[in-house]
Amino acid sequence: MRVKHHPILGEDRRKEDATIIVDGRKIKAIAGEPIAAALMAAGIRVFRKTPKKNQPRGVFCAIGRCTDCVMTVNGIPNVRTCVTPVEDGMVIETQNGLGKWREIR
Amino acid sequence: MKKTQVAIIGAGPAGLAAAIEIARAGGEVTLLDENHKPGGQLFKQIHKFFGSGEHRAGIRGFKIGEQLLEDTEKLGVNVLLDSPVYSIFEDFVIGYTHDGREKAIQAERIILATGASENALAFPGCTLPGVMGAGAAQTMINVHRVLPGKKIIMVGSGNVGLIVSYQLLQAGADVVALIEAAPEIGGYGVHASKIRRAGVAIYTSHTIQEVIGEDSVEGAVIVGLDEEWRPIKGTEKFIEVDTVCIAVGLSPLAELAWLAGCEFAFVPSLGGHIPKHDRNMETTIKGLYVAGDLTGIEEASSAMEEGRLAGIACAESLGLYSEEKARHLKEKVWARLDALRTGPFGERRRDAKRKLMDLMEGGADIG
Amino acid sequence: MAKGIKKTGIPSWEELKASPGLPDADRLEEGPVAFIECVQEIPCNPCEDVCPFGAIEVGSPITNLPKLYGKKCTGCGLCVAACPGLVIFKVHKNYTDSTSLVEFPFEYHPLPKTGKTVRCVNREGKFVVEGKVVKVRNPKQFDATPLITVEVPKKYFLEVRSIERKRWC
Ligand SMILES: Cc1cc2nc3c(=O)[nH]c(=O)nc-3n(C[C@H](O)[C@H](O)[C@H](O)COP(=O)(O)OP(=O)(O)OC[C@H]3O[C@@H](n4cnc5c(N)ncnc54)[C@H](O)[C@@H]3O)c2cc1C
Ligand code: SF4
Ligand code: SF4
Ligand code: FES
Repeated sequence: MRVKHHPILGEDRRKEDATIIVDGRKIKAIAGEPIAAALMAAGIRVFRKTPKKNQPRGVFCAIGRCTDCVMTVNGIPNVRTCVTPVEDGMVIETQNGLGKWREIR
Repeated sequence: MKKTQVAIIGAGPAGLAAAIEIARAGGEVTLLDENHKPGGQLFKQIHKFFGSGEHRAGIRGFKIGEQLLEDTEKLGVNVLLDSPVYSIFEDFVIGYTHDGREKAIQAERIILATGASENALAFPGCTLPGVMGAGAAQTMINVHRVLPGKKIIMVGSGNVGLIVSYQLLQAGADVVALIEAAPEIGGYGVHASKIRRAGVAIYTSHTIQEVIGEDSVEGAVIVGLDEEWRPIKGTEKFIEVDTVCIAVGLSPLAELAWLAGCEFAFVPSLGGHIPKHDRNMETTIKGLYVAGDLTGIEEASSAMEEGRLAGIACAESLGLYSEEKARHLKEKVWARLDALRTGPFGERRRDAKRKLMDLMEGGADIG
Repeated sequence: MAKGIKKTGIPSWEELKASPGLPDADRLEEGPVAFIECVQEIPCNPCEDVCPFGAIEVGSPITNLPKLYGKKCTGCGLCVAACPGLVIFKVHKNYTDSTSLVEFPFEYHPLPKTGKTVRCVNREGKFVVEGKVVKVRNPKQFDATPLITVEVPKKYFLEVRSIERKRWC
């Protein structure tokens, strides 16, 4: 959920001006915000499944250090979504294990 | 290869303050940071700072950050963003990447101000989505303006745990409990009082036993601890939450100092392995300085002062300041630093810092 | 139950009474006055800096507890907004025969409206009594630390320290 009103930071006047496709579903996002923020705003918490035990992982550090949040973005696996900005039309997939390289057309 | 007089790695409060000092002295500075925006942790700190007028007390962290950025711009500091530094080679050649390409820059002096990273905590369920660092939650709410959850448990009662709990409330979430394994609250009482007034329960001598959930956090079991920090049977308590924030301390990000060959000392009260340094913030390698959380975990105000010290000392070594002038400037910074390190909270850090600096006396090997 | 700021996050009465920031009983009778609940030695002094009447002294070292000179305090409330710890309150015990005023910082959204009845809480965040909002101050100078004044039955003027937050999410 987005923090629209804030007692210190004031109103958030940014517009959801981009659309991203997450596992086939269209989601509104703000161009330039980290992909992880857009997903969190949409209530999505599972970003990938681990290679061996298939366990869910999501955001842990939010500053690009832990690599828990990696997903497949525009066909490229292992992209740290907490430090990768949203671009309109991005295709994002929950990553299973180490992920696969794939061409997206 | 590109050259610069002084390269500063890390554009948090420490790095920015150092850059400003050197530029002010007439030096030429290149500031590198891995992020898209400078400021380090400062822009997530929306609370009013402590200290005195000289420390800019009463001003909110992010506003201090805006001021620092304005100053660096005015003084013409060269800032390289999206530029993670991966190593420091011989002759102060700094290797970094930008746009997926490897680059290098050579400097006459280097200041490392890489900050710290959050410690993790292991317990069953600790990897479930919804368990995250307190700093991560702080970044999400205050920088990206997204709530990581609605009902939250905070683990750890240091200042980061207390401050981030308050900021989660301000962002509209509910912090249902803050738990602390020690018998007493670690951070400032004023921060604790703030969240108590807002109805947050604080459980001292408690730890998290387990986090429960299918695909993400659905609840947590907390348990009381006896004097020897052993769980007390029968005191388990289930709390329904969707998010668990971990604030159990920070560790200096010291890889680059290791790679450069600095000598280290292990100082638990400052967060772990710290590059040895003297009162000029110079390490065992001549011309390589350190500042901020990397030299021991404190807060943004002291990080800025340390950055200034490193900056002034660096400028002096380049001949930009006379010894006399530099001494005068450094004394002023030291007076402010000492003021921040007084009282029951600051003394421990002051003593630890002193010991660390004493290690350098008697001419630790320089080479 | 263990008490005290280190254990509970709430200053105990013993800690408060031992601190130099409280006005004395006579001064409380006389009109609005600052009530400083700062009981730990932390490096901080904006309260001293902001007071236009020299009614607060921290001095040196900067970790001294703030001392209130009740006679000099005019009850202007500037220190309430300036304290980064949010531990200064303003109390006006004898507002009417039966009610007192308590002013406190409130950095949450939304702010209550003047005239509204609100649920007042104590230092633990527990509901104490209903009160009426008589003033909301939020000038630029306070830098997003709004001050709320509530009118409460007199017997609660040492207890009420905030109001319940409204949940918007
Ligand atoms: C997540 C987090 C939240 C915090 N919140 C608070 C708070 O609310 N209140 C408080 O008082 N203290 C807080 N702290 C404590 C902290 O001590 C200070 O606030 C302060 O920011 C430290 O300043 P610094 O300049 O040393 O480091 P930082 O502000 O961390 O800045 C270091 C910078 O260096 C960059 N960097 C690191 N390695 C490299 C590399 N190899 N290449 C390029 N760039 C690099 C980092 O990305 C960062 O931008 C927090 C710390 C963390 C980690
Ligand atoms: S209320 Fe006004 S006069 Fe009284 S101590 Fe605070 S700032 Fe000074
Ligand atoms: S400003 Fe507030 S926290 Fe700081 S010394 Fe004064 S009363 Fe204490
Ligand atoms: S959450 Fe840690 S790298 Fe993204």
